[in-house]
Amino acid sequence: MVIFSIKELNIWFGSVYALKHLTMDIQANEILSVIGPSNSGKTTFLRMLNRLNDLNQNFKMSGNIKFEQSDIRDMDTELLRKKVGMVFALPLPLPLSIFDNVAYGVRMHGLKNKNSTSRIVEEALKEAYLWDEVKDRLNESAFKLSGGQQQRLCIARTLAVQPQVILFDEPCSGLDPISTAKVEDAMVKLKQKYTIILVTNNVKQAARVGDRTAFFLGGELIELDKTDKIFTVPQDKRTDGYIRGKFG
Amino acid sequence: MIRNPYRTQNIAFFFLLLATLLIVIPVGLIVVIIIQKGLPAISWQFLSDIPRQGMRAGGIFPAILGTIYLVAGAIIFALPIGLLAAIYLSEYSRDNLLTRIIKLAIVNLAGVPSVVYGLFGLALFVVFLKFGASILSGSLTLGIMILPIIITTSREALESVPQSFREVSLSLGASRWQTIRHIVLPNAIPGILTGTILGLGRAAGETAPILFTVAAFYLPQLPKSLFDQAMALPYHLYVISTQVPNVDEKIRYGTALVLLVLVLFMNLVAIVIRYKFRKKKKW
Repeated sequence: MVIFSIKELNIWFGSVYALKHLTMDIQANEILSVIGPSNSGKTTFLRMLNRLNDLNQNFKMSGNIKFEQSDIRDMDTELLRKKVGMVFALPLPLPLSIFDNVAYGVRMHGLKNKNSTSRIVEEALKEAYLWDEVKDRLNESAFKLSGGQQQRLCIARTLAVQPQVILFDEPCSGLDPISTAKVEDAMVKLKQKYTIILVTNNVKQAARVGDRTAFFLGGELIELDKTDKIFTVPQDKRTDGYIRGKFG
Repeated sequence: MIRNPYRTQNIAFFFLLLATLLIVIPVGLIVVIIIQKGLPAISWQFLSDIPRQGMRAGGIFPAILGTIYLVAGAIIFALPIGLLAAIYLSEYSRDNLLTRIIKLAIVNLAGVPSVVYGLFGLALFVVFLKFGASILSGSLTLGIMILPIIITTSREALESVPQSFREVSLSLGASRWQTIRHIVLPNAIPGILTGTILGLGRAAGETAPILFTVAAFYLPQLPKSLFDQAMALPYHLYVISTQVPNVDEKIRYGTALVLLVLVLFMNLVAIVIRYKFRKKKKW
């Protein structure tokens, strides 16, 4: 099933032409890895899907993106962002306690009941494999956690609002290999319930977790195929060059 | 001859130090002289009694109370308006010609001489709106005078909250207002308070804006309503220093000391809040 359908999408920030003629479909319950060098439009692409680009006042676009058959510009932005969650490059806990960080989203959507809030927080933390490490100190500041724990907290925070899609923007760029492995584990398990779009600078990570991989270069989608194919028999010379580390 | 670079550096350091000392010395001297000459006047009677014998004896209680009323009135008026304007400018407005002009106007407003605010207050509140010379007119005039301070410091406080917090909150489906209400404002409040208190200090110390709008030369009873005139410390100080002959120097410096302590105390509170906030800052 197609969850995102993108047609002839162009994006500009002022005079910078950031994304060019992008047409692609994203399937439900897949992990789509997005790779490419810096400034290739990966993050712009990702932030388009939950309309975070709209915060930049120089942002302009043409073309259209459909989320489950409806144009995202016709949808209520808050509802879209509720359904399409995001985990940022750096662990970004809000300046609140661990519990309140995870509860933030559902509270903003109007949940008042304390019991169901606690239940949702517990489930989200378990799903992000953080519960056992934090269950005794839920009221401590989220900034007291380690970097890897903070990032899993951010994942839990995103899961708590029960999205259908989770956008990961280089979620492991600030983490050590062990924390990275834990976050990757979480992602692979999350695939059963969620569609995952993973932007990463780490080509090996794309190969490890992605079902399909998209290669972006200079704002253009160069190639999109099954991850095995991209990494064994890429159709485009530039894809081949990038994954072999010849440039980028 | 080879010039010794370290000597050049030492000379530069000397002048930098000298310039710094030149700033500190007058401030220190003012404080020391006022304390030295004013302290003997300070007594419970001085703080709690009304002025007697044509302001040559007695206390300054009506002036202290008047200043407190005026400052409170100014803040009740200026804080909500200033804060809302700052929220609009920092969170909602787009960066275009209009908002740039507004921001420039606010900065310029901060530089307008206080006597001009006084005239403005006289024209608008006292005469046009017929509030008369009253606490209301004076408070509003002082409020307008400190608006730019409150808007500027509040904007800085709001803008110092990292953009990433806003993005996180929005990405979880919170609305813009929820983001401001639950994430931005709580983290900006210490900065906003600091600016507000600095504004209060300024309002407490100014003479010119209250001269035409509220201040009474001599008022033996305390003000009973918003539409009464009131005495105020800065104006009282001006009166007993220049308008009334043969006032004991002690009383003049005593009044100055009370005013100075009031203003310095407010600044101190602002500094403490800022310091505590910096220590608590979690990102």
